[in-house]
Amino acid sequence: MKYSALSLLRNALSHNRNWPEAWRSPKPKKKYDALVIGGGGHGLATAYYLARDHGMKDVAVLEKGWIGGGNTGRNTTIVRSNYLWTEAALLYEKSMQLWEGLSQDLNYNVMFSQRGVYNLGHTLQDMRDIERRVSANRLNGIDAEVVTAVQLKKNIPQLNTSPTSRYPILGASLQRRAGVARHDAVAWGFARAADRLGVDIIQQCEVTGIRRDGDGIIGVDTTRGAIDADRVGVVVAGHASVLASMAGIRLPIQSHPLQAFVSEPLKPVLDTVVMSNAVHGYISQSDKGELVIGAGIDAYNGYAQRGSFPTIEHAMQAIIELFPIFSRVRMLRMWGGIVDVAPDACPIISKTPVNGLYFNCGWGTGGFKATPGSGWVFAHTIANDEPHELNRAFDLQRFESGALIDEHGAAAVAH
Amino acid sequence: MARQTNRLGSGGRIDRSRPLRFRFNGRDYGGYEGDTLASALLANGVRLVNRSFKLHRPRGIIGCGAEEPNAILQLGSGAGTLPNQRATQVSLYDGLEARSTRGWPSLRFDASSVNDLFGRVFSAGFYYKTFMFPQRWWDYYEAFIRRSAGLGVAPDRPDPDRYEHRNAHCDVLVVGAGPAGLMAALAAARSGARVILADQQREPGGSLVGSDLPIGGRPADEWIAAVVDELREFDDVRVLTHSIVFGYHDHNFVTIAQECGGDMRERLWRVRARQVVLAQGAFERPLAFCNNDRPGVMLASAVSAYIKRYAVCPGRRAVVFTNNDSAYQCALDLAHAGATVGALVDSRGSVSSELTDRVEAVGIPVLHGHIVTDVRGRLSVGGVRVARWNGDTDARADNSIDIRCDLLAVSGGWNPAVHLHSQAGGAIAWDERRHCFVPAESRQANRSAGSGNGRWSLADCLRDGRDAGVAAARSCGFDAAEPELPVVEERDETPLQPLWRVPAARDPDSCPKQFLDFQNDTCVADVRLAVREGYRNVEHVKRYTALGFGTDQGKLGNITGMAVLAETLGAPVASVGTTTFRPPFTPVSFGVCAGEGVGELYDPVRKTAIHEWHVSAGAAFENVGQWHRPWYFPRAGEDLNSAVARECLATRRSIGILDASTLGKIDVQGRDAVAFLERIYPHKVGRMAVGRCAYGLMLGEDGMVMDDGVMTRLGDRRYYLTTTTGGAARVLAWLESWLQTEWPDLEVYLTSLTDQLSTISVAGPNSRRLLEKLGCSIDLSREQFPFMSMRQADLAGLPVQLFRVSFSGELAFEINVDSAHALALWQTLMDAGREFEITPYGTETMHVLRAEKGFVIVGQDTDGSVTPIDLGLERMLAKDKDFLGKRSLARPDCVREGRKQLVGLLSADGRTVLREGAQLIEEPGAAHPVPMIGHVTSSYMSDCLGHPIALALVAGGRSRHGETIHASLGAGSIATVTIVPPVFYDPQNERQHD
Repeated sequence: MKYSALSLLRNALSHNRNWPEAWRSPKPKKKYDALVIGGGGHGLATAYYLARDHGMKDVAVLEKGWIGGGNTGRNTTIVRSNYLWTEAALLYEKSMQLWEGLSQDLNYNVMFSQRGVYNLGHTLQDMRDIERRVSANRLNGIDAEVVTAVQLKKNIPQLNTSPTSRYPILGASLQRRAGVARHDAVAWGFARAADRLGVDIIQQCEVTGIRRDGDGIIGVDTTRGAIDADRVGVVVAGHASVLASMAGIRLPIQSHPLQAFVSEPLKPVLDTVVMSNAVHGYISQSDKGELVIGAGIDAYNGYAQRGSFPTIEHAMQAIIELFPIFSRVRMLRMWGGIVDVAPDACPIISKTPVNGLYFNCGWGTGGFKATPGSGWVFAHTIANDEPHELNRAFDLQRFESGALIDEHGAAAVAH
Repeated sequence: MARQTNRLGSGGRIDRSRPLRFRFNGRDYGGYEGDTLASALLANGVRLVNRSFKLHRPRGIIGCGAEEPNAILQLGSGAGTLPNQRATQVSLYDGLEARSTRGWPSLRFDASSVNDLFGRVFSAGFYYKTFMFPQRWWDYYEAFIRRSAGLGVAPDRPDPDRYEHRNAHCDVLVVGAGPAGLMAALAAARSGARVILADQQREPGGSLVGSDLPIGGRPADEWIAAVVDELREFDDVRVLTHSIVFGYHDHNFVTIAQECGGDMRERLWRVRARQVVLAQGAFERPLAFCNNDRPGVMLASAVSAYIKRYAVCPGRRAVVFTNNDSAYQCALDLAHAGATVGALVDSRGSVSSELTDRVEAVGIPVLHGHIVTDVRGRLSVGGVRVARWNGDTDARADNSIDIRCDLLAVSGGWNPAVHLHSQAGGAIAWDERRHCFVPAESRQANRSAGSGNGRWSLADCLRDGRDAGVAAARSCGFDAAEPELPVVEERDETPLQPLWRVPAARDPDSCPKQFLDFQNDTCVADVRLAVREGYRNVEHVKRYTALGFGTDQGKLGNITGMAVLAETLGAPVASVGTTTFRPPFTPVSFGVCAGEGVGELYDPVRKTAIHEWHVSAGAAFENVGQWHRPWYFPRAGEDLNSAVARECLATRRSIGILDASTLGKIDVQGRDAVAFLERIYPHKVGRMAVGRCAYGLMLGEDGMVMDDGVMTRLGDRRYYLTTTTGGAARVLAWLESWLQTEWPDLEVYLTSLTDQLSTISVAGPNSRRLLEKLGCSIDLSREQFPFMSMRQADLAGLPVQLFRVSFSGELAFEINVDSAHALALWQTLMDAGREFEITPYGTETMHVLRAEKGFVIVGQDTDGSVTPIDLGLERMLAKDKDFLGKRSLARPDCVREGRKQLVGLLSADGRTVLREGAQLIEEPGAAHPVPMIGHVTSSYMSDCLGHPIALALVAGGRSRHGETIHASLGAGSIATVTIVPPVFYDPQNERQHD
């Protein structure tokens, strides 16, 4: 059934009794052409593009919990493509272009809202970095502009642009096409669209082992039995290193907690996204009215989806520095996710030493924005056993060769 | 002002001698000290307090605490306004102003209530299915959605109030001062343990406040007062009221928000407790019958609380609907308060006769085996429909009778407040006998007690609390005795009958709405729809239907929602589970989380010992790390450019003076100092003679330049390092982490001297003469004190360390002096330097001078992807030893051709000052993506040289000197530049060696 205003009306007449399942819940088969481990946005997108663009429809997505329950449902939903290095910028820009028609493509409203993202500069060096990144974005054909403090005051009147604040805002970069999206809807939309193309989405199915025959993969063991496949894509964010060790691979990934929180719903007060590197914090307002705020990364390693309270305190202080009017607003919920961070803060979308086994991980704090693009290039990589031009630079080899794509300088604390 | 029509003539914990006035939606009302806003509104007969989020249904007060979803109001106005305040938790004060945030043109006549007519269209997740066509209209759709959403209004000015943080340690933290919590605290306190007892109410007692139940032979209020008095006698016991424990973090770290009053609005207690007793009690749950959201439908326990605590009877003619024993007390309370109870409707077929008799004795008809199926009335309850029921949840409720009433008190049973237990990582389990989730195994040092542990009777709560208090104290090593339990009346209990969705006259998909989450308008039919569409996991249901996403965080309706989900799935509730309980327990202000760390204290400014001199000299300042550093010293009429030009020329011609005190300074000593530093630095540290200085590059494990500075050998086993201003703390932590975690066998001691010592740099051809004039105890000649060496000396009568190092390319001395004397020495230098026209300069001039010499600034000319070789510093890399980053430098990408290398750039027109950050390209006008070969890292007008200069990183740059490329200046404009060596000034280094 196609989703539309008309179908809503028609189903309302029958008391919504006739809506079909958004996706089936099939039993796993014994064998698939390809498996995608991880039912987050990236995994579901991978399965969707495998089926849509590469004709691989005998595909299952294995999810140990419920789809979209990991970082897909735990991020602050920011989407942008204004990365410094060409390799990263073109990958994220591919993703941006997919975002721009995603609701229609999936027939599921992912509420992609291009309300702009400002990256603030508070020091002269911040402004040099902004100039450098904007200059690079423009040469890569990505919309970007430098905004002065005076313009900021006009565009975001709630922002504390006082020259006497502790770290005065000197300016910002602005990407107007950037924005936010509804995170759960991304997982559900890809799941529904993939399901319609024949992909099996199997929840409550934890992978417990990866079976190899010599140099090649032959399948996986799961809590719901063994499943054979000679192509397996792993895209499990914070647990990437756990899955890698099942296959006998060590990844240069560290897993850290990253926290976020929302306020109680407020009437519209902030119509764009503001990120600050120097004053660690980023903020937007959701369609529901909640201020959605990202905290900094917790320095310690761990797999527990919870962080430390001092990190929340720091984020609050940062937000009040930027927006003093929010001091009396209340936090409604806080949560943590586990981010997988590579040494150069860029993803790994790569073949591995095991034939037929592919990894997509290392998105760190910034994976949500890449969801469609990540799935698109990963599907290409799995289908062709060869990376796409857009992810060729993001291979595992780079940590041996040293050809890193160091986005530390360009990224805010979290993307 | 309206009369308080629902206020009882006597009773309650209010202070009738202190009447208060307040205003709600523009009308004036009266209340008393001790009221909450909710109790005062009910006292005045105010029924309609707000409209719901999606369907704009009229809503009234339903609860009396944190579970209230409807009475969410805007308080005050201007800078002091508070959005989204729960009227049940707001203490009334004189002059309080509150207003509803929804309802246009008015709360009673809300145009948007038309949404309710189309409620079926606004089913769960409807927005995922529409607003997609045409694509470009989304912006308009979304603007409409955003305007419709949101509750309160954020203040438009900064917060006038203050907040603070306090740390506390205790042996036993008791959360909740109800009967269980009081007994736990008493048991622990008597054992000698340090105890903190925290409760969210304004007075301890929990559910007993205002109660007339006898405890230990005296009224409950007296018993509470006696226990609290005894607790307050102990030196090590702290009783916190108005204090909500909202977060339970790792390692028994617990956060409490305390309401303070005055301009210190709230205090955050950060408590580290050895043991925690969780006794927060339980939340009563509603039942999901048709139109169960009408104003006048309230929780039975809330009705009792309003009567007993606040002397407010919320209705005159009531019906009580229950599936358990607890609401019988509500019926009695209502009758006692003078209300007519039209019926007590109990879903259970049979109930202990003792209980029934007590209610019937006061003239209340009891209808066993009946249910309330629907509610009449729109803006207020007008009556209920009651039907006979045989316990079959699939049955249709036919043949109902109508009972007129203006109040419906409901009890669907109780949900223990397992929130903090769950936040702490503890498991929760479904109790098949009591039909609720109860705390199971704890992950941290905590235990639950009382109704929060599934104990319903007062006697059980007291015993459970005492046992938990004793056990907690004993776990801390105290020899705790068991306090005697007060005697209370015990009664037979008839088990609760599990009832969630109440059968209606029609099927659950087409009957009038049965609400689960009142704030988000999530109904039974929405949960059923979610299941139908495949959203079956409890987390999916929550996210798809918004169940539990309201500001009551699901305290009212979540468990009922889970049970309805289980019923729909045909699965036991235990297998459905709950969603995750996340902090905070109730919403907490950003302000209290931030505490004092805002404004000036956000990140306190570091100032050098000479700072005040710079201020009085009119310096403009720049933030560098945490420091305020002079940026430049403008004279009258000068801007940045003209001031910097003057400062540069003065330094090159005679003397400039710079406050370099912000440099990181680390003293390194110990038996293995040489071995340690050999591993840290790429150059041969051990070969340096005592008294010699060296440029020290610090590399990361990836071989990239991480920091730089000058390092000096002070003795056989002692060195002195400087770091960049911004890198000081990071470098010290980096060195310590190697020492402590990787090389613990090395005996080396690191001490930060950054604040202890101040550094004054005098640079320029006359600098030696200046020092000689001041009186220096050593020979400063080139022969006796050569470049890159250090001497201890007395200068102007002060002991100093003198360094012959130069960041300007001029003859220069860096003077380290005890910070206590730094300002005096600076002043002495300024006075003595007058004959040389000594000129103070700031960071900008420092940058220009060093750029003219091609000296890099780490973090400006490097970005974490630059090796020493890229900077042309391969001579610093020792071949015959290992050092951090060495292996990485051998990776293929680090030795390949075409890496970006440090070069100088000259504008072809000799005039254009390039933008720092500008990308460099070979082919202007190429199609996107245009290949970029590097970028401008530093760029200045050099008045000394008479033309602009720039430093840049350019692919293969060192072999491209003399070539022409282009700098992109944005908006399509470009500048043509020539690649040159990065040293523009005195390439033979004659001046600094002088």
